[in-house]
Amino acid sequence: MPAVIEPIVGRYITFDFEGRPNRVYFEEAGQGIPLVCVHTAGSDGRQWRHVLNDAEITQHFRVIAFDMPWHGKSFPPPGFEKEAYRLTARTFMDLIRTFCAALELKRPVFMGCSIGGRIVLDLGYHHAEQFRALIGLQCSDHHVPWYDSTWLYRPDVHGGEVCAAVVSGMMAPQSPVASVQETLWAYKQGGPGVFKGDLYFYGTEGDFRDKVSAIDIAKCPIYLLTGEYDYSATPEDTLRTAFKIKGVYVQIMRELGHFPMSENPAQFRNYLLPVLEQIRAQSATR
Amino acid sequence: MTSVASVQNPENSAAADLFTRLERLPELVNRDEALLQRGRFVTLEFQVIIGSLSCFVSIVEGRVARIERGPRRMRSSAFIVSASAAAWEKFWQPMPPPWSHDLFAMNKKGNATIEGNLHPFMANLQYFKDLLALPRRITGAH
Repeated sequence: MPAVIEPIVGRYITFDFEGRPNRVYFEEAGQGIPLVCVHTAGSDGRQWRHVLNDAEITQHFRVIAFDMPWHGKSFPPPGFEKEAYRLTARTFMDLIRTFCAALELKRPVFMGCSIGGRIVLDLGYHHAEQFRALIGLQCSDHHVPWYDSTWLYRPDVHGGEVCAAVVSGMMAPQSPVASVQETLWAYKQGGPGVFKGDLYFYGTEGDFRDKVSAIDIAKCPIYLLTGEYDYSATPEDTLRTAFKIKGVYVQIMRELGHFPMSENPAQFRNYLLPVLEQIRAQSATR
Repeated sequence: MTSVASVQNPENSAAADLFTRLERLPELVNRDEALLQRGRFVTLEFQVIIGSLSCFVSIVEGRVARIERGPRRMRSSAFIVSASAAAWEKFWQPMPPPWSHDLFAMNKKGNATIEGNLHPFMANLQYFKDLLALPRRITGAH
């Protein structure tokens, strides 16, 4: 096979966030409407590589996927060794908005999965006017911790192995083995306590049920896509959430689980392309 | 003493049928080099409950050394994975439906329990998930 250089370009950007300089890694490809992508808890932006490499998408969208601080190639901020990492909704929202502002993106589309899918509700509620559209993958307005997450971060259990094993079953059995294993590899490489720290957000601010009906999609359209095999943020969770948002787009994706963009990219694009087409058409008329 | 009622109980009959699949674990795991490598630090006995049927699975350095059918009263085991015969039947389909495709999914749905000393189970989680899913490979299983 001849060598292939992909169109993805990776760069670092440093900006002040919560009083400290953060050096954040991001990858991008394409031109047009900015589409900012955020990974799942405990993983990194490599999950989006197939979207970044999809010419049908990048001919109309400038796809940008960043590694949150503590994840992937983004170091934790200076002084991290003296603290326990815990993500909150406020920090997560501010991080996304600060990153977009640092890149001077004007009303980008935002797409996130899992915690990134859930933050779509927070962004739609608090900051709708700043986004062109919000795409939530595996989104739910209510998360109840259902297993003892202390297993994810303790010295007598290998953190990478157990984090990967916990999420391994959240993928569809139809997903290609190579894509499943690639998805798990990112979990095996995660920093100690980072997956658990991301889930803190669910534990403390996981209940959005009393706010969700106040989201106005006239300000910013919302699209919710959920894989049928996800037992963490389940189809029932997403449908319950969507039922309360008037006019929201919702789709349950067959033969996909918790990581649609990385576990089975070919199947996922069947669901993503019509959504992006709709966003593009709406952008043209506004 | 086994009662007539329990012999004729369809759940018991299904459990017995499923046990024959579980009995194939030694040959299934012992020819899977990757799984043996993953489980090389596992030496313990755990219990699988299929409906009303107890099974004791002995692992030595990742290999399934022995599977015995219970009941064996007062016999200790590291942990117990329990589900109904119907739940195991679905779990062992070659392409299981949502909620039956993973032990944690079954557990969250209330269709399986995992109890006991969970440290060895969690420290070797992928090994045990893969081990217990091996009967899916048996040709002819529904």
